[in-house]
Formats: sequence, C-alpha cells, structure tokens
Amino acid sequence: MQISSRQLDKTTIFDVSGDIDLANSPVIRKALLREVKEIRTPRVVMNLSKVRYIDSSGVASLVEGLKASRDVGSRFILFGLSTSAREVLQLSRLLKIFEVYDNEEQALAG
Amino acid sequence: MKSLDPARRAKAKERNGDSSRALLLRMELPSDPSLLCAVRGAVERLTESFGFSEPDCRAVTRAVDEALTNIIRHSYKGRPDQPIEVFVRAVHGQNSAEPSEGLEFLLCDRGPSIEDAQLCMRALEEVKPGGLGLHFIKQSMDIVEYKRANGTNRLRLVKFVRAAKQDVSS
Repeated sequence: MQISSRQLDKTTIFDVSGDIDLANSPVIRKALLREVKEIRTPRVVMNLSKVRYIDSSGVASLVEGLKASRDVGSRFILFGLSTSAREVLQLSRLLKIFEVYDNEEQALAG
Repeated sequence: MKSLDPARRAKAKERNGDSSRALLLRMELPSDPSLLCAVRGAVERLTESFGFSEPDCRAVTRAVDEALTNIIRHSYKGRPDQPIEVFVRAVHGQNSAEPSEGLEFLLCDRGPSIEDAQLCMRALEEVKPGGLGLHFIKQSMDIVEYKRANGTNRLRLVKFVRAAKQDVSS
C-alpha cells in the first residue's frame, strides 16, 4: 500500500494505492488523524480509485477519520471506490454515512 | 479462469481417501499481517478456478482474510511469529434445496480459547470503528463454526457454489 498527499487550497487529497489491510491500516489512520485533528485541514479527500481491497481494519480507520472530522467540523470525502471497497461499506451499512463521489472532479465540486 | 480440471479434483480426492472432502490446499504461515495479501491472492485464484461467481470470490476471500485478521489481533494479540494453518477442502452439501459443491476453509491457531462473548457481533447501527470482521465473515459464508480441540482454535468456513440463474425468457 502506498499513500501520498496533495494540497489544493484548503483541501488535502490523499492518493492511496494497493490493498488496505491489517498490515497497513495504521498508516492510513495516523495520516488521517494528523490531517484532521492536528493540521485541521477544512476538507480531507481520500482518493481510493487505486485501492482494490479494504478490510475491516481499513474501514475502521476511515470511520475514525470521519468521526474526527465531525468533531472538528471539517469535511471528510471519499471517491473512486472499487467494487470490493463499496461492498464492505455496504455490508457494514456505512456507505450512506460517508460523503462518497465517483471521481475527483465531483468530490471537489461537491 | 477456467473451472478446476475434474481430473485434478478426482486426483485430490484419491490422495485424501475421502471422496467428499478432498484437500485442495494447505497453508502454514506465521501470524504476520504482511502475509495476508499472499493468502488473499491464493484464495482468490482458488475460488475463481473452483467456479464461484465474482461476487462470491470476493466474499470468500474477504471472509478468510477477516478470519486470519481476527486470529492475529485477538488470538495472538498482534504477535507476528505464531503458527496458523489453513486447510482448504472441496466439500459436497446442500445450498438451499439443491445439492452443491463448495469449499471448506479450516483455520487453526494455538492461541487461548475464544470465549462466546468474543464471538458476539456489535450492532451495525452504531457508527464506530472496529468489530466489523465477524459481520463480514458471517455475511459472506454459508457455514461458520468454531470449536476448540486439543489446544487449538478451529474456525470452519464453508461456501457453496451458487448455480447460475438461467434466463427463462429465451
């Protein structure tokens, strides 16, 4: 799994590639919480278009990011969900909880 | 990918001497999270070759991955050097009213016994991190059974191949 970030005005976009599982979900969690809670970026966007698989620990990291963003009044956005990633969010009934878009253009315009 | 060659299935059955429970794959691995991707790859290929639909391939792969994750996190408390064994067998059984072939995954670890309370799932209505793995396993598999025997935790997961729906209009 690889993660990198880009800045666009008051938005940080995390580009993630590979599988998110127990081996690397702590990296995602740490990056998200730092961005949301410490840096207080008003809008944090996760580009998951190159993520093929997310396990429950990855979902938990995304939920932590979402809860932290709610706590500080910022926005937390996902886009580019693979079929598998969409399935796990549906199975956990979290798909409607997140702000989800198909692509980056829609995510930034939303 | 094509379905598993019937001759290879028959040979596997001969080797195991039990025509209803042919061993297809056996994996021994340490409880190292970095190996989960290798297991997912093997399970994904096996389910594809066995004839599962794409959604079911993903479901079985997810269930096995989540079960291994639970072993690493809860049974071995994150220690990366503890033994895990995975046995995969072809099984025959009932899927709804139809007899069906399926795959059985037996995951074995030598951690402490799992209490019933640990196998309880939290309510999905709660939006909070954690506690989703068992949901994914139970939603993905047809049979989920746990037992403790000879100092070993044994989690048995079974998924049957669903018959493709036929188009009755043609």
